[in-house]
Amino acid sequence: MVQYLVRRLLWAFVLFLAVTVVTFVIFYVIPANPAQLVAGKSATQEDIDRAEKFLGTDKPVYVQYIRFLNRLSPFGRIETAPGDYGGWGFKEPSLGTSFATRQEVNDVVFRAAPVTASLVFGGAILWMLISVPIGVFSALRPRSLLDRAAMVFVLIGISAHPVWIGLILAYVFGYKLGWFPITGYCDMINPGTDCGGPVDWAWHLMLPWTAFAILFAAQYVRMIRANTMETLNEDYVRTARAKGAPEGQVLRSHVLRNSLLVIVTMLGMDIALALGGAIFTESVFGLPGLGKTALESINAFDLPITMGIVVFATLAIIVFNLIVDLVYAAIDPRIRLN
Amino acid sequence: MPLLQVTELRTSFRTDDGVVKAVDGVSFSIEKGKTLGIVGESGCGKSVTMLTVMGLNNRRITTSSGEAIFKGDDLLSMKPARLREIRGDDIAMIFQDPMTSLNPVHTIGRQLVEAIQLHRDVTRKQARARALELLKAVGIPRAERRVEDYPHQFSGGMRQRVMIAMALINDPDLLIADEPTTALDVTTQAQILELMNRLQREFGSAIIIITHDLGVVAETADEVVVMYAARVVEKAPVHNLFNRPHMPYTWGLLGSLPRLDADTERLTQIPGQPPSLLNPPRGCRFNPRCPYVMSVCREKEPELTPISNDPTHLQACHLDEQTKDREAAKLLSGTMAEAS
Repeated sequence: MVQYLVRRLLWAFVLFLAVTVVTFVIFYVIPANPAQLVAGKSATQEDIDRAEKFLGTDKPVYVQYIRFLNRLSPFGRIETAPGDYGGWGFKEPSLGTSFATRQEVNDVVFRAAPVTASLVFGGAILWMLISVPIGVFSALRPRSLLDRAAMVFVLIGISAHPVWIGLILAYVFGYKLGWFPITGYCDMINPGTDCGGPVDWAWHLMLPWTAFAILFAAQYVRMIRANTMETLNEDYVRTARAKGAPEGQVLRSHVLRNSLLVIVTMLGMDIALALGGAIFTESVFGLPGLGKTALESINAFDLPITMGIVVFATLAIIVFNLIVDLVYAAIDPRIRLN
Repeated sequence: MPLLQVTELRTSFRTDDGVVKAVDGVSFSIEKGKTLGIVGESGCGKSVTMLTVMGLNNRRITTSSGEAIFKGDDLLSMKPARLREIRGDDIAMIFQDPMTSLNPVHTIGRQLVEAIQLHRDVTRKQARARALELLKAVGIPRAERRVEDYPHQFSGGMRQRVMIAMALINDPDLLIADEPTTALDVTTQAQILELMNRLQREFGSAIIIITHDLGVVAETADEVVVMYAARVVEKAPVHNLFNRPHMPYTWGLLGSLPRLDADTERLTQIPGQPPSLLNPPRGCRFNPRCPYVMSVCREKEPELTPISNDPTHLQACHLDEQTKDREAAKLLSGTMAEAS
């Protein structure tokens, strides 16, 4: 177990390095100069040079990358001023400072992450609530009316673009019927000036959750239906029936657990991926989450913020991968962690 | 009155290609405490016959007719809830592949306890004690510890023992064993058969053993039903069947057994394939593969009738008895002399 965790953490570190290096390289392949943008349109060459030095973009990519790693690690050379380094020591890990707004990237990420997390976890609960009953029922009654209706839903859910679904929902339920707000986000815990608290939070997220969940629910219905049908044909399900178990018990203790094994993996990976930013849904509903922030930072060539979100998303994937493995081992005795 | 009396059983499946008549007018019966062997090639309907009796076919695509009277009640027409009470309690079943017949995510203890608690109003503790008792009876070493293990921690033979324990746990009157040894290696096969014979003496259950292996039948059965293409073609007490087989298909099965007393390069086989049950041949269903085929065989399906001097021996073949006696004797002078 310990050995397993150590190995996993080492791999996680390698993955982290690979992802950040690739992001850095991509950023520098793009022919744009952040210093130019920072210094403004009427800046002289001298201004731009100064801005470059200030941002650190005058140095080669590998130096910038090493500086990025140094800022991020809890032990390293302490930066006294931008580009100036003092001695070695322990320090607060930092993702750096935004090129464009000079905000601490840590703050930006930690402000945006709860918004995305609210969207993703709420959405995941919603899509599981939709897809598990529908998927299982369609598997039990293939070609029934409900099964056919579910397949139409799946087809629409998979084919329709999330932006389109979001806009339709916003138009019908937000604009025409006026049941839910079209945009905006309310903090669940700290009430702001105009709204806050769990009720406002959930009310504002209803449409985003729905739009976000429809796409996944469609995929999950299809997967759960297929898995359940497969499991229903397993020999041990026949054994359970031969023992005289009623259908409900057969389903509960012999079919569901086996058929949902794969779904656990899917769920973990989808949540992890979405935590990096549900870009479409956040953009449509104006939620200040990681996806929207990432989009804005890329448009502004604001590397530190982009990197901050990449780091966060990578960590989310690594952590959820580990959780999935642990959960999987807990529910499937055939899997041993070593 | 026999324990189970199956009469004119018919089962058909609706498939994309058409209606498959998997069982077409099968009748047999079994007495208390006896063993009946059902023999035939793969796809001849022997498993489906017993799955139909147990009500375990996929209900959405299956239609069945006929009767299966078990202790006075017809299993085919009774309410599903009543049939569930009988399944696993009065009639238990063992399946072919022990590797896939146990649920991989539950301990075997839990699966055995479930089998008891479905039918008996006992505490968990009592159920566990009974489970342990059965695991010991089927010869699982260190049963106290192994009861907490999962199926993947057992070998194939051990899993089949667990399946047998699970089937016998409620003292069934009838045990249906569907190819119980097919998936096992030869030495394990012998152990499992011996175990089943011993447990039958201890528990007094009647056994219906479905197999394509005549050796298994010779070793276990009192009576044998030979099935071909969804129908019964011969039915006789085991001794009579091996001594005086009456149907060319049975001869083919017997002739294809490996022999210890002769140096044969290749085993004899029945030429051709079993017919498709979507569209079985006219007349006798075995006629396209039968070396003794006559014109009447292509026209008229032979009835299952007793042979002249033995009312317990039924067969369905148009050949005259002299020819049959001669051919059976020819066959037996070789292969089956020592088996009978």
